[in-house]
Amino acid sequence: MGRTIWDSSLGKKTVMAVSGLIMLGYLVVHMLGNLKIFFGSGDFNHYAHWLRTIGEPFLHYEWALWIIRVVLVAAVVAHAVSAYQLSRRDIRARPTKYVHKKPRAGYATRTMRWGGIILGLFIVWHILDLTTGTVHPDGFQPGHPYQNVIDTFSTWYGNAVYITAVLALGLHVRHGFWSAAQTLGAGSRTRDRALKATADVLALLLTAGFVAVPVGVMTGVVN
Amino acid sequence: MKLTLRVWRQRNTGAPGAMSTYEVDGISADMSFLEMLDTLNEELILKGEDPVAFDHDCREGICGACSLVINGDAHGPERTTSCQLHMRSFSDGDTIDVEPWRAAAFPVVKDLVVDRSAFDRIIQSGGYITAPTGAAPEAHATPVPKPDADFAFEHAECIGCGACVAACPNGSAMLFTSAKINHLNVLPQGAPERETRVLDMVAQMDEEGFGGCTLTGECATACPKGIPLVSITSMNKEWLRATRKAGKR
Repeated sequence: MGRTIWDSSLGKKTVMAVSGLIMLGYLVVHMLGNLKIFFGSGDFNHYAHWLRTIGEPFLHYEWALWIIRVVLVAAVVAHAVSAYQLSRRDIRARPTKYVHKKPRAGYATRTMRWGGIILGLFIVWHILDLTTGTVHPDGFQPGHPYQNVIDTFSTWYGNAVYITAVLALGLHVRHGFWSAAQTLGAGSRTRDRALKATADVLALLLTAGFVAVPVGVMTGVVN
Repeated sequence: MKLTLRVWRQRNTGAPGAMSTYEVDGISADMSFLEMLDTLNEELILKGEDPVAFDHDCREGICGACSLVINGDAHGPERTTSCQLHMRSFSDGDTIDVEPWRAAAFPVVKDLVVDRSAFDRIIQSGGYITAPTGAAPEAHATPVPKPDADFAFEHAECIGCGACVAACPNGSAMLFTSAKINHLNVLPQGAPERETRVLDMVAQMDEEGFGGCTLTGECATACPKGIPLVSITSMNKEWLRATRKAGKR
């Protein structure tokens, strides 16, 4: 059955839909967690530490976090590989362009591929910046995420990269969530408006929630 | 009215093609788009030039033969077939671009004619029912609930013209394939092959080199028969169901 799914274009779409929904679920929780920064360094750092102790004593220190990381990496890889292979197929299927060009589909729909690439690159930078600290502006302090976040968003490029990526995310989710529902056969004529509205609300909340942090640092609300 | 036409001319599948410009005069607003092309061709023949090749058959919007991309829209600006598009949709002095369906799976045969036998092979892979042929059976022998009959009929309206493929930026045949699958899968007559039909037709669709669906909705906008985008969702549902069942066997 695994082969049937992976060999079919519909199967790869299913993989994209499921992996996309896993990432979306994570992002909602991630965004809500980020907002703790507005309650000060004590709350935020305590929350960051708690993330490492989830599941204790059944799980060892940081195990839950590593399980989440493994699932997320698997989802990102599955999503990207199927996107790449499906895009290759799509481009091959339409080798000759029309001479008379017309703007087609909405902005969110047209930017899915580029938006996805931007998000992929962003994830790499984001981890090197705030998880490993490799490209962190100055003096990354493990265990002090509050200060690290403020450091990142005190640089112009930190804000620029982050806000660009979050806007790309909003657009990606807007078309992606609704598309995933169609791919999984959950859409219907009667449910279409509700699904589109859910996609819009999710996209808007995620964008606003994530952008709130750099804006908070820039305006001095978080310091 | 007087029009400038820019038409795709290509001698055969292998030859390179290009847009050629023609002037046509004396076009009535009541002519169909194909009658306008007939007028151009009569002039070309009188001048000893090669007439523009284009597909057409019934000229009443039910056969699915005509296949023109007019000003970048499959079947032109109205939601109908090219043969049912009338010149009143254009104005005197307009420049109109006429191109063939563009898709790797639909190679150009000549000028505006493309080879759509990929669709035939998708149908051959499962777009039928295994029923004994002969005299028509008594209509009420197999009861079909009204909503199912309506759903089947809505999809049976597909004339297989390929406008969906032509309009799709990915050259995807999902709308066509979904219309054919949904039409038969909802009916009791189509039930024995419900799973194999969707699995085989989708596999053949991939095999022919059509692209995948990115839900742009261009296909449903171009469809002269109004097959809705949600048909693709229904097909995805059928495919997932059949894949699950096949896995259990």
